[in-house]
Amino acid sequence: MKKIKDLILKENAIFNLALGLCTSLAMSNKVENAIIMGFLVFIILLISNVIISLFRKLIPDNVKIPVYILIIGTIVTISEILVQNYIPVFYKAVGIYLPLIVVNCIILGRALSHASKNTVFSTIKDSFKIGIGYIIAIVMIALVREILGAGTLTLMDSTSALTGFRMVYQVLPKGFNLVFFQSPAGAFIALGLLLAFLKTKKEEVDANN
Amino acid sequence: MQIINILIQQVFAENIVFHKFLGLCPFVGVSKNKTSSMLMGITITIVTIMASIISYLIYQFALVPSNTEYLSTLSFILVIASLVQVLQILLKSYFKKIYDMFGIYLPLITTNCAVLGVVLMTARGAYPFLEMLIYSTFAPLGFTFAIIIFAIVKERIELSKDIPDNFKGMPISFITAGILALIFAGYVI
Repeated sequence: MKKIKDLILKENAIFNLALGLCTSLAMSNKVENAIIMGFLVFIILLISNVIISLFRKLIPDNVKIPVYILIIGTIVTISEILVQNYIPVFYKAVGIYLPLIVVNCIILGRALSHASKNTVFSTIKDSFKIGIGYIIAIVMIALVREILGAGTLTLMDSTSALTGFRMVYQVLPKGFNLVFFQSPAGAFIALGLLLAFLKTKKEEVDANN
Repeated sequence: MQIINILIQQVFAENIVFHKFLGLCPFVGVSKNKTSSMLMGITITIVTIMASIISYLIYQFALVPSNTEYLSTLSFILVIASLVQVLQILLKSYFKKIYDMFGIYLPLITTNCAVLGVVLMTARGAYPFLEMLIYSTFAPLGFTFAIIIFAIVKERIELSKDIPDNFKGMPISFITAGILALIFAGYVI
């Protein structure tokens, strides 16, 4: 429990450093899309950072960034092809934001600050921490936006063809939703309110210690 | 007439920051004052236009004929990264004055989703060349417009004493961006 709290309040790349915002705001209109995006970012982060960590002694310091971008780009391209051909539902949901994972600051940031200096094992641990923190953050934004904006909670809708059952729940009574939160403007305000809430929580936790 | 349509669409209604969420990192990070946000906007505009043209040519004349469209993401990011490097070297050795102004913003652009996003949307063949050029000029101009307005509002907010403690810093920036996005979205309705 304490670890989850730390993951949300202290070590979260989105909430503390505002990294990787493009994908997380764009894909947070439905909880389902948020889970898909979080999962893809997590996988790409893990694989590319492990590769970078494996080759960290071979890559010269002055061409570090271009080489890292190439490695990340290759992994993203591979996942683009795989997702497009094997899970077209995912591809339809994420659209242009899948190739944009290449320039997601979280992945390059972790590569520069952690994977380029540490062993593979510690990189895997770090990727799990950052990746799960990312998934928690994007799902939290999506929860606020979908419940307030559409009044529903979609866990499986477009992916139901894969799993065989649908999971869409009506949370708010019909007519009580604010469509505003589904719009891009609502995404910014939802994130702003969420950040303010987390700041309050963080101060409470700090005061208790 | 069509140009005006694209202009209104790209700068206001479908602004890349407020509608597509592209380029949020510099939007939040660099917008500390008017001048720096304007310079960032201009740099992004120039790099986007050049990168779009090169990527369009690469896509049409290299990737499509050889049936390797799946390499587009990888080659576009390479184009952007090397373009930034070349620009940096050229400016540093020939236009020292301009380099002093734009120098610090250039490396940031390699990992900027606004540039790659616009290039991905335009260069992958949906538009004829001229329309692509107009599109990739106005889209980053929309970014420049948005970041300058945001910086002006933010300068005021920094001075304000009425903001609750918990909203200071990032939270209030995002709420400001949300209200701005609402104004920009007004052009759609």
